Amino acid sequence: MSVLHAVNPLGPLGLPDADHPHHALWLLLEDVCDPEIPVVSLREMGVLRDIRESAQGLQVIITPTYSGCPAMTQMHDDVQTALAAAGVQAQVLTQLAPAWSSDWLTAEAREKLRRYGIAPPNGNASPTAEGAGMGGVVSNVVQFSRHAARPDEVACPQCQSMNTTEVSRFGSTACKAMYRCLDCMEPFDYFKPY
Amino acid sequence: MSAVAAQEVSDLVLHLADNALILAQRNAEWCGHGPILEEDLALANNALDLMGQARLLYQHVAALRQDGSDEDRLAYFRDAHEFKNHTLLELPHSTALAPTASGDRDYAVTIVRNFLYSIFMVLVWDALQHATDAQLAAIASKSRKEALYHVQHAQDWLIRFGDGTAESHHKAQAALNHLMPYTQAFWLLGEAEAAALQALGVAHFSSLQSAWQAQVASAVSEATLTLPADGGHVPQGHVGVHSEHLGFVLAEMQSLARAHPDGMW
Repeated sequence: MSVLHAVNPLGPLGLPDADHPHHALWLLLEDVCDPEIPVVSLREMGVLRDIRESAQGLQVIITPTYSGCPAMTQMHDDVQTALAAAGVQAQVLTQLAPAWSSDWLTAEAREKLRRYGIAPPNGNASPTAEGAGMGGVVSNVVQFSRHAARPDEVACPQCQSMNTTEVSRFGSTACKAMYRCLDCMEPFDYFKPY
Repeated sequence: MSAVAAQEVSDLVLHLADNALILAQRNAEWCGHGPILEEDLALANNALDLMGQARLLYQHVAALRQDGSDEDRLAYFRDAHEFKNHTLLELPHSTALAPTASGDRDYAVTIVRNFLYSIFMVLVWDALQHATDAQLAAIASKSRKEALYHVQHAQDWLIRFGDGTAESHHKAQAALNHLMPYTQAFWLLGEAEAAALQALGVAHFSSLQSAWQAQVASAVSEATLTLPADGGHVPQGHVGVHSEHLGFVLAEMQSLARAHPDGMW
């Protein structure tokens, strides 16, 4: 089978080319957004991972952001509704591995978040630092907590000032922290690296 | 995997699920009652992560057992002796001598428990993400990221309390003295759990003890607190012998589901 749409299992997904067999389906699902962040599509969020043929028929693969994300059921239902409205017979499957990462947000999604008033995750601030070359689990944990003592430096999505401060590491949803800009004084959400 | 090992693996996953669910229920008690708004949100988020982990783990238990059970049956229709969570996680947010558990919620107890437990769980999930059971490994690698945020939150507050005012220092020390004996159960797995880990190709949890102690000691020292002497009562929650507190947690958590079995909304 020739690979028409290079699916990167560990990164952001672009739209497949027009000659991809599921191009129309990918386009159709571009209208399905994260219910908490209605400007970003599930593909751009890294939640929609694959559309594939299987022995059981067409399958649409989605993956949760956080384990307890309450929007997951809604996203599942929204995908199913969009497919049904277009008369497409497909199963919507939830897959856990590989684990979702905020690194999977596309460049467009980051820009859309910023315009929506949510600072996108700092690219180099991943808290997990998956162990590789980190010298074992404990140093990894210690390193993480030392890192944590300094909150991420985040640009204000309103005025772009770097003079911002973390108000709370936990915000209105599992994926966001609360920040405030000390120049324009506006509070804003920060999409946490995960 | 042999049938016996399969039973033991599903029991181990059930233990992990019960841990997550009971601490989610306890931490959610702060929802609407947090000491400050930001902490109210923090604990609600922490509880949501744990609840999400519990759901995935219960779903996996049901899939492993193929006995017609499901996540709701496992969470709402088992009694206290059937829960295999660590006793640490069912204790109220108060030290032993508080006159009433709900009237004397002490945030230092909440923070110290989350601190001791989340460091343990980072190590546990880290080990389990290499388990031969692919679904358990997938749950572990998601949960590990969440546990790292829980460590970050609890450890920051532990240091702030310990190295804070005389009163916050005293309360954090009292919480540490109260809770530390309960952590002994982390390392006391029975033969069944050991067999399950072996079947999963994962080292016994006792191999995580020195890493856990190093991390705990480092933060406790930074918090200017003192580690209590080893020893004390060894709890047996993980084999179903619980404190008097679990029944009350379950009564509140399960009453709605039992009053309206199979209810939907």
